[in-house]
Amino acid sequence: MHLLKDDSAAVGVSSPALIGRVGAQEFSADLPPSMDHLDQLEAQSIYIFREAFARLKKIALLWSLGKDSNVMIWLARKAFFGRMPFPALHVDTGKKFPEMYRFRDHYGKEWDLDLRVEPCPPIDAVDPTLPPAARSAARKTEGLKMALAKFGFDGLIAGIRRDEEATRAKERVFSPRGLEGNWDVRDQPPEFWDHFNASPPQGAHLRIHPILHWTEADIWAYTKRENIPIIPLYLAKDGKRYRSLGDQDITNPVNSTASNIDEILIELEQTKVPERAGRALDHETEDAFERLRVAGYL
Amino acid sequence: MNMIVTSATPATPNGTTRPQVRIVIVGHVDHGKSTLVGRLLHETGSLPEGKLEMLKAVSVRRGMPFEWSFLLDALQTERDQGITIDTTQIRFRTNSRDIVLIDAPGHAEFLRNMITGASQADGAVLIIDALEGVRDQTRRHGYLLHLLGVKQVAIVVNKMDRVDFSADRFKEISDEISAHLKGLGVTPTAVIPISARDGDGVAERTDRIGWYKGPTVVEALDHLEPARPLETLALRLPVQAIYKFDDRRIVAGRIESGSLKAGDEIVIMPAGKIAKIKTVESWPVTPVATRQGAGRSVGITLDRELFVERGDIIAHAGAAPRETRRLRARIFWLHDKPLAKGDQLLVRCGPKESRATVVAIEKAVDPGELESSENKAIGRNHVGEIDISLSNPIATDPYTENPRTGRLVIEVSGRIAGGGLVLSVDAGQRAVPVDIVPVESALRPDERSARYQHNGAVVWLTGLPASGKSTLAKALERRLFTNGGSPILLDGDTLRAGLNSDLGFSAADRSENIRRLAEVATHLARNGHIAIVAAVSPAREDRATARRIADTTFREIYVATPAEVCESRDPKGHYAKARSGALQSFTGIGNDYQTPQGAELSIDTSTRTVADATDAIEQMLKASGVLFDEVVDLAANI
Repeated sequence: MHLLKDDSAAVGVSSPALIGRVGAQEFSADLPPSMDHLDQLEAQSIYIFREAFARLKKIALLWSLGKDSNVMIWLARKAFFGRMPFPALHVDTGKKFPEMYRFRDHYGKEWDLDLRVEPCPPIDAVDPTLPPAARSAARKTEGLKMALAKFGFDGLIAGIRRDEEATRAKERVFSPRGLEGNWDVRDQPPEFWDHFNASPPQGAHLRIHPILHWTEADIWAYTKRENIPIIPLYLAKDGKRYRSLGDQDITNPVNSTASNIDEILIELEQTKVPERAGRALDHETEDAFERLRVAGYL
Repeated sequence: MNMIVTSATPATPNGTTRPQVRIVIVGHVDHGKSTLVGRLLHETGSLPEGKLEMLKAVSVRRGMPFEWSFLLDALQTERDQGITIDTTQIRFRTNSRDIVLIDAPGHAEFLRNMITGASQADGAVLIIDALEGVRDQTRRHGYLLHLLGVKQVAIVVNKMDRVDFSADRFKEISDEISAHLKGLGVTPTAVIPISARDGDGVAERTDRIGWYKGPTVVEALDHLEPARPLETLALRLPVQAIYKFDDRRIVAGRIESGSLKAGDEIVIMPAGKIAKIKTVESWPVTPVATRQGAGRSVGITLDRELFVERGDIIAHAGAAPRETRRLRARIFWLHDKPLAKGDQLLVRCGPKESRATVVAIEKAVDPGELESSENKAIGRNHVGEIDISLSNPIATDPYTENPRTGRLVIEVSGRIAGGGLVLSVDAGQRAVPVDIVPVESALRPDERSARYQHNGAVVWLTGLPASGKSTLAKALERRLFTNGGSPILLDGDTLRAGLNSDLGFSAADRSENIRRLAEVATHLARNGHIAIVAAVSPAREDRATARRIADTTFREIYVATPAEVCESRDPKGHYAKARSGALQSFTGIGNDYQTPQGAELSIDTSTRTVADATDAIEQMLKASGVLFDEVVDLAANI
């Protein structure tokens, strides 16, 4: 028997946190309500938002109009008690679905957002050696760089998640970008105990990722719990739905019968198809995504 | 490429909730971490469809034998180098747990990434090659787990196939590592013999390890406990920010330990000010009546206007953290340049930051060495104990009393360079806050303002020496007094003779001088008086502090007399002395006066008379609601 402690001891956390737990239960009438998984995710995201707002001079939230960035806006409003105190930046490829533009114009007003819509440069301005979808995404990166130069933001809040894509799993919560907007995956500063590196060098900027620790299913469960509006394209119609929304010409729907969020959650429980399967970009070459990210793509 | 497995959330629609635990796998480079992860994903049925086949095909295409670690080494650059660069997060399920698996690199070059990964973990798997045995990085990682506060550690002795599944070899390694960890106060939850490549001991006790009766890796993971919020400890709410988006003044932060609710008596550290929580604010529904526990990001309002700033810690009266300017910490160091005595640093304790100096270094060792000699400096990837002296007082706890607030990080040139645990704090001489009970005034504010015909205010005159601040201050004092008001003059130099006589003219002392002036003036303003402060106050940041302290009562007047006029006046002879070099640190010569940008009023005394300037100030005070307009005798109109 090489188990050094018996099972009951093995599961205990010998943290000073537990000392006095028995005593506290005497006042059980006034114990705080316990936090579930979504509560914990929410509290962590709010913490990150408040750190970004406190430590950086000029930040903006990248609003892609998708489910993730809508959850982010909701979290920001929670963090700041109703209104997001910095701009929502939509870097517009001009190729989104009409439903997405309608959503933007409607909720931009309803949520009282300081909405900034910035166009992308024409496709000829982009590295022609990239495969078509990657080239299209690189165009968005260029649009982002132009917006950065125009407004001088030192922090951009982006809704990427670790579970989406392997290279994103390597991200920090506060992720420094070089002067060219590039990401140096090999030289990322340490980040622990919710202490973030918030001092970008002069002229460079930070990407801040408040929902890095969420999963696709978390996003849906939270969207449902908080009743956050979504673009109907996510729900199945004629046996197909979008799991991830990008440009019209490089995003494909997946086979699905999930016509509401509960059904999406059940579908996610069973599927082994990755979320970005409908994104042409992710399938072009093994390293296209990483090349893009190093260059500053989200 | 999509390597990450999308798993279901614990919050599934049918309401089942499964504990989620975050695990880190650490150990010496090449002892098989990535292989174990690949195998675990396979054994728990967590791989996306076709992924295994796809990777096998890629291997054939590249002419390499398939390795389980390919599943993890998703980045092109990683495969090229054959090492895991960074922390990757992978999710899978055991019987009763959702596991988030954080792979941390074993290569010494990437210790910062191991720390980034391990700091997020609830439990750890420390992997050891059965052939190579305990190595330097094994010991180093063991030590860091202890410093990072990861208490649940399972040991996995891998590559048992390479030692013919020898029970003796297993026991040898098990004894060595267990002794090492126990020396650090960490007791392994299990020691498991495995072959990650072949699958023995991962999900199954195979015949080849028939002599082993303990849990498999999957079973051990199944027994790990998620982190528990620290609700039963004393309340610690570090302040992240103060928001005034509307008429509420919300103090925002995350409860690190304990709990709070509206009505609680609290103390704000390190200043030791006492208040009551008026409301707990939220959105979309506010206020919140229920008690809020550790882990929640909250916002509260207080029952009185106090100066609170980012980095303060809110605690319950009677159970406050210690205020200190000096502490001892056990740290790990990640920066290229060794940390030495006398080094200047930036220390962060939660949202609080303070400049600091290393006063002493002890027990600086390489935790990877078996018997390492003590060094004078703490080298990269080494650990040690340091005494640091802080330029601003901070409130903190020893980590044995509070694992959340009892830790700190160190920044060098804006980049995190190390971190560690607070071992002890030197409590300051300040009276224990619980003994401070502010006496409420017997008078209501409106009783005072009815008599004085004005509200309380801090009128802050800033400008170069000899710009006319004191002259204006005295004229204003006389004017207000003549009108029945209650003005009180606070002259910078006069206060320096008494209250501030311990302060010199360094930047830090000047800041403290301004802070005290602002505190005294604000106290007067809160009691209905108009405090008139005449102080050079050259630093914009210091004036901003004064404005934060005095809050809505603050009125800044920039006495904008041109520098050459000021120097020609020179009533105290300071300019002459400074020019001759007899007076150091004199503001006025050189460019050290930072012009106000948001002053309520700007007055150039070289172009207008004292009476005229006083009129302008009076006008501003009327327009901004400090002075009441001409008394209207309502009774006379009836």
